[in-house]
Amino acid sequence: MSADTHNSHDSHSGGHGTMGQLMVGFALAALLTLIPFYLVMAEVEMSRQTLVAIIMGLGAVQIIVHLVFFLHLNTKSEGGSTFMAAILAVIILVIVLAGSLWVMHNMNENMMPMHDMEQQLEQMRSLQSQQG
Amino acid sequence: MANAHVQPAETFSPIFGRLTLDWIPYHEPILVATFAGVALGGLAVLILMTYFKLWGPLWRDWVVSVDHKKIGIMYMVLGFVMLVRGFADALMMRAQQAMAAGGSEGWLPPHHYDQVFTAHGVIMIFFVAMPFVTGVMNYVMPMQIGARDVAFPFLNNFSFWMTVSGALLVNISLFVGEFARVGWLAFPPLSGSSYSTGPGMDYYLWALQIAGIGTTLSGINLIATVLKMRAPGMKLMEMPIFTWTALITNVLIVVAFPVLTATLALLTLDRYADFHFFTNDFGGNAMMYINLIWIWGHPEVYILIIPCFGIFSEIVSTFSGKPIFGYKTMVWATACIMVLSFVVWLHHFFTMGSGASVNTFFGITTMIISIPTGVKIFNWLFTMYKGRVRLEVPMLWTIGFLVTFTIGGMTGVLLAVPPVDFQLHNTLFLIAHFHNVIIGGVVFAVYAAVSYWWPKAFGFKMSDKWGKRSFWFWLTGFYFAFMPLYALGLMGVTRRMNSYPDAGWQPYFIVAGFGALLILMGILCTFMNFYVSIRDRNENRVGNDPWDARTLEWATQSPPAPYNFPFDLQVSGREAFWTMKQQGFTWPKDNFKPIHMPKGTATGVLISALSLAFGFAMVWYIWWLAIITFVGMIGLGIAHTFNYKRDYYIPVDEVAATEAKGAAV
Repeated sequence: MSADTHNSHDSHSGGHGTMGQLMVGFALAALLTLIPFYLVMAEVEMSRQTLVAIIMGLGAVQIIVHLVFFLHLNTKSEGGSTFMAAILAVIILVIVLAGSLWVMHNMNENMMPMHDMEQQLEQMRSLQSQQG
Repeated sequence: MANAHVQPAETFSPIFGRLTLDWIPYHEPILVATFAGVALGGLAVLILMTYFKLWGPLWRDWVVSVDHKKIGIMYMVLGFVMLVRGFADALMMRAQQAMAAGGSEGWLPPHHYDQVFTAHGVIMIFFVAMPFVTGVMNYVMPMQIGARDVAFPFLNNFSFWMTVSGALLVNISLFVGEFARVGWLAFPPLSGSSYSTGPGMDYYLWALQIAGIGTTLSGINLIATVLKMRAPGMKLMEMPIFTWTALITNVLIVVAFPVLTATLALLTLDRYADFHFFTNDFGGNAMMYINLIWIWGHPEVYILIIPCFGIFSEIVSTFSGKPIFGYKTMVWATACIMVLSFVVWLHHFFTMGSGASVNTFFGITTMIISIPTGVKIFNWLFTMYKGRVRLEVPMLWTIGFLVTFTIGGMTGVLLAVPPVDFQLHNTLFLIAHFHNVIIGGVVFAVYAAVSYWWPKAFGFKMSDKWGKRSFWFWLTGFYFAFMPLYALGLMGVTRRMNSYPDAGWQPYFIVAGFGALLILMGILCTFMNFYVSIRDRNENRVGNDPWDARTLEWATQSPPAPYNFPFDLQVSGREAFWTMKQQGFTWPKDNFKPIHMPKGTATGVLISALSLAFGFAMVWYIWWLAIITFVGMIGLGIAHTFNYKRDYYIPVDEVAATEAKGAAV
């Protein structure tokens, strides 16, 4: 595939996991999938926000499990560049998610929602009529 | 002139989807004339190609080639062809605005004018600037690191043809149906299904998605190339600056383009499957689109400019006869710009309802970006300082860039101040600013790169006379075309206006139109330059290193052999080739070994052709064709994995023969 002739093929050190690692990963992934399903299907008593937070949190852990156990992300593979790339991806992801939440939330606060605006218009009209 | 445009009726047939004869714009004289021109030109090319029996060589040597140098050149050709299209749009807009003052409607009705400004932006960014920078990176970077090709040669070919498919889809919209009328970033709700009926917006979506696949894959490919294929001994902090900028650009591509893909996919779902991500009802939020598209959009402008910084660094250093000043600060400045480019996106919509804290944050981050950029400007100046500066054509473009880009950068910092932006948002001041940095930065850099690396690519220099003419027309044309727009912007003139009531603005627009004509002369001089240079190539033959350059690509033959370097190089220190020259390096004349090379394949061009048909089918709702072509693409991709004949060895005799030819120079 590669045209490179001076490329040694020993760069895969730490590339492939053992059967044991894969099974641990599988068990964790299954567990992390079953918990949210259980919480929803069994209609466990908790507030909707907590439920969403738990599902999202477990989803995030799931991503890490996949990266570590199936894609063999560790600090040593490919001379550390895989890990560097993962860190960069996390930084960008945090910037994009946190930034978007911050920006959109801030806009929502500043933009007057429709029903608020109508209420305020009502107030202004009544004030005007009082002042005659 | 401006007849009210009647949209053809929405019909649907199982065979042709919503495509009917009414969608062929045979009643628009401008388009009919364009079509006639394109058809006649195309026919002439077909006849000439057949007459000179060029189809076979074109297919074997170019279309299926996985050689990074040929793909690089093809990217440049695509860029120049699409530049003509995009610039034609620009001339039409300048003509319209020079005429449509004080009650006059000009010559383009709104329905047509809106398509023109959308097509201009989309084409210039995605199908001119992107192919240009990708082309230069493709051509130069592997040779700069002493590699024989990129890491994934097939993927490179495939990426290129996907970009071509996207470009073709945009051009098909000219003659079949219409293009989007929404501006280059297609903000909803205008771009949603309720306000953009018809196929125009769908052409936009599928063209960008198809080309975006190519861009992302090419980004992955070039990162792997820089990280894995460097000649032994070349440490990261010893790579040429251009290679550094190529690496950082491609990291930006890989990180930013998925955001664009996701955003456009959401909008596609809105339009095709009645989702409500960006509508006002059912919980959607159009602001989210603007937020997301600019999270991609701001890194995108750095994707365009960062490789150009690399190009100028190589040129300044070569033509000043000195190593680049402040190598490490150059690398770190580029890396800082990479990260900072991800935390400034909101400055594109200061006026859209954010509070003071958010606007302040993004205003300050934006201003901070000017610091690493300023570092670069000073590095280039200090490289020239006390150097023996040779004012060859690439150096003229570089000096033109330094002046023009600095002005553009300063107006950018002005716009970064939120209260100022409230005055200038969506005015022609903004238009002048980004043309100032994109023409002064990207276009000048591409022209500099073409004249600088042309002798490497083809073995002869370009005409000096026509190169200088092209430069002076572009430079003066730029100032005539865009300085009036700064003034108009300060008067509050908004962008994308089809006509305006105040006749007092007209003189400015006429000057801007005159500037566009000067730029037209610059472009014509460029094509004249290509013609004259190729005609007189035998008088202008040069050796391997015509500019007395400092990086490894000049250690190869001009034009380079398919394998670039006859032997593996052992590199130490920066400016590898300069060191080699100091030590009196020559390539050995014998003891060649067979060279392992990747083999060409037609899979890339075939999948891309299917993707073009797929895009067309999705635009027109021709579902059966979409299904067939989609399955075909996946099938071809899977079939390609069973192709085990991907490489070959260039035999020793052939290497020896090639090297004997090159050694004569």
